[in-house]
Amino acid sequence: MAVLGISLLGALSAPQAHSFCGFYVARGDAKLFNKASKVVLVRDQDHTVLTMASDFKGDPKEFALVVPVPAVLQRGQIHVGDPAAVDHLDAYTAPRLVEYFDPSPCQMRAEEKAMGNMRAAPMSQKASADAARERSLGVRIEARYTVGEYDILILSAKQSSGLATWLAENGYNVPPRAERVLSGYLKQGMKFFVARVNLKEQTRLGFSYLRPIQMAFESPKFGLPLRLGMANADGAQELFVYALTRNGRVEATNYRTVRLSSDAEVPEFVKDEFGDFYRSMFRQQHRREGGDVVFLEYAWDMAWCDPCAADPMSREELKGLGVYWLDAPGDGGGPGAPRIAPPGGGAQNVFVTRLHVRYDEAHFPEDLVFHETGDRENFQGRFVIRHPWRGEGECEGLDAYRTQVRARREKEAETLADLTGWSPERIRRRMGGDADWSTPQEPRPWWDRVWGSPVR
Amino acid sequence: MGTGAARRNRDPPSGVDVGTMTPDTPWTQNTLASRRLDPRWWQIGCLGSLLLYGLFRLGFDVSPAQIALTIGTALGVQWACTRALRLQGFEWKSALISGLGLCFLFRAGSIWLAVAAAFLAIASKFFIRWNGKHLWNPTNFALALLMLLGVAWVSPGQWGSGPTLAYAMVCAGGFVVNRSARSDTSVAFIIAYAVILLGRSLWLGEPMTIPLHRLENGALMIFTFHMISDPKTTPNTRMGRVLYAALVAAGAAIVAFVLFRPNGPIWALAALSPLVPLIDHLLPGPQYEWKRPATGHAPKGTQHEPMDGRTRNFTPGSAVGAASS
Repeated sequence: MAVLGISLLGALSAPQAHSFCGFYVARGDAKLFNKASKVVLVRDQDHTVLTMASDFKGDPKEFALVVPVPAVLQRGQIHVGDPAAVDHLDAYTAPRLVEYFDPSPCQMRAEEKAMGNMRAAPMSQKASADAARERSLGVRIEARYTVGEYDILILSAKQSSGLATWLAENGYNVPPRAERVLSGYLKQGMKFFVARVNLKEQTRLGFSYLRPIQMAFESPKFGLPLRLGMANADGAQELFVYALTRNGRVEATNYRTVRLSSDAEVPEFVKDEFGDFYRSMFRQQHRREGGDVVFLEYAWDMAWCDPCAADPMSREELKGLGVYWLDAPGDGGGPGAPRIAPPGGGAQNVFVTRLHVRYDEAHFPEDLVFHETGDRENFQGRFVIRHPWRGEGECEGLDAYRTQVRARREKEAETLADLTGWSPERIRRRMGGDADWSTPQEPRPWWDRVWGSPVR
Repeated sequence: MGTGAARRNRDPPSGVDVGTMTPDTPWTQNTLASRRLDPRWWQIGCLGSLLLYGLFRLGFDVSPAQIALTIGTALGVQWACTRALRLQGFEWKSALISGLGLCFLFRAGSIWLAVAAAFLAIASKFFIRWNGKHLWNPTNFALALLMLLGVAWVSPGQWGSGPTLAYAMVCAGGFVVNRSARSDTSVAFIIAYAVILLGRSLWLGEPMTIPLHRLENGALMIFTFHMISDPKTTPNTRMGRVLYAALVAAGAAIVAFVLFRPNGPIWALAALSPLVPLIDHLLPGPQYEWKRPATGHAPKGTQHEPMDGRTRNFTPGSAVGAASS
């Protein structure tokens, strides 16, 4: 039995810019989420290149993808992409954790002036159906291709009931609610892109996993159809959208686009459980915003990154994902390029936006519609840990430093509880386990210094 | 002015131009007219509150510097044009309203484009005129022109679509338009647009949650109650305004569902504003005055002459404006 749906998953992002002087230590990528789809959306004017990767892990025979498309696609408009490039883009744009180490408080005074201006600035992260039967159902197979390990059909239909019947007769599991959704797309003149795995081809090609399907088309419509997927879903689904554009950030026009929390200082132990942290933080923010918003997790000019959560994308990877304008004269990493070019050279004129959507029918009644803005301000979901100085020594500033660290750790615990909804007790327990003298404790009251120990 | 001095004393307050009152005007008229607060005060209150809500609750992408420069430029250009054209009265309230509107709608990569938008908005009121009325709602003009040039954008999703928010804005906006006696434009527009959205969804077999979600959009509400309702740039008669609003609704739907572009209402209003003089020619009525909100219907027993630029002083002070402007 096949699965009817749309593999569309989303992404997250946060705002940033300027210099960075911490060390990148961890990232939270899309693999942390179940039922997550990743979509790379390359958009320039009315040209769209869509790359869809899902986390489908079952028997390939069970896999099917049904996507409404604006026109009948030619063979050359369909491609099978490299999953590594999608994963790379996911890692490159993922929310990240950076760490700083406190210097010795005994040397701080000397270094204070030098450090004065070095605040961490915000950073920007079967179709073999009988022909007569097809005609009786009003379904027409407009095109049939085998691309890579996939058998692909482009269908048009007169009636959604005919299309639903055809899909069911051909082994697709069509939920009852999907027929109504199909009808709306058909009346808008859309065609259906239907893909299934060709097991023979898959064996011949030697892939043990499903590669992302890509399609290139020209249409003024700029968005993602969610509704068909929701008709098939039980519970909320995750979607990560990585938009690659020429001019600036992409945002939703029919839902609020909200920046993910960023730049918060969190306790040291988060380093060991950043994945849990990211999931909890996202769940908490999603709930706080009412469940009907799109989160921006990263927006950045791809000519550089700071810090880079993964190696920069190569021109070949970007071209593979559909960034066709890199060949244009003046584009690419030639002279005149990036201010802070990452090793290997960054791609100019490519702006990446990572959006993360957790959607269900109740909160996302209509398909996502996007537009490209002219906003090139960098933003990244970035979290900071600061390691206290744990050296030995005695000096005048040490007590003051320790008091300051305790206050800071209290603040970090509160921030973490607020961001994730974790219980303060759990946080304190985890924090206590990785520290000695700087374990959070009540600050010593002033009067304790007057008489010392209580009189017995 | 269009209302002749000889009949002033016969007119009820709503038919009297406050600006031309003379000492011999009956006291009852003066008293009633002065009790009617300039509707722009209510607009300033509403728009200011919406801006604060957007900044502190919804996290709008607009910096304090941009807000200051936008409003400062709007007021400065209003003052300069008033002086340069030797006009009476510095109508700062209208300029402030235009500036506030730009603060929560206009987005661009450079703060100086926000300054340019404020300049264009206010200047358009003084220099793009026909028959004594400015053609475009100032905010709408600046937004459409700079979006057309590809240097600015409006984020229609920034308000979200919470029913509560929509309800609050309907109430606030409704109040404003009632005060300025142009609620007919807003009501006609939202009904026409709702009919189109519901009709399209019925035809497509979509669940009603889809058109309702679109109607709950905060940006649509702001357009409805603070932009298209601008009494200075809408037709002078109720029939004209209803026709105009229906045309704008149809235009907005074409932008959204045929051209598949965002901000349909803003584009449609900008494209159809030049039709207002034609509608006023076909359906003549008296021009709107901020200080004397009226529906454009001549009171029984009075004869309003069609207003035109020859019979009326050039008073961009009162001719500016607008709500949304």
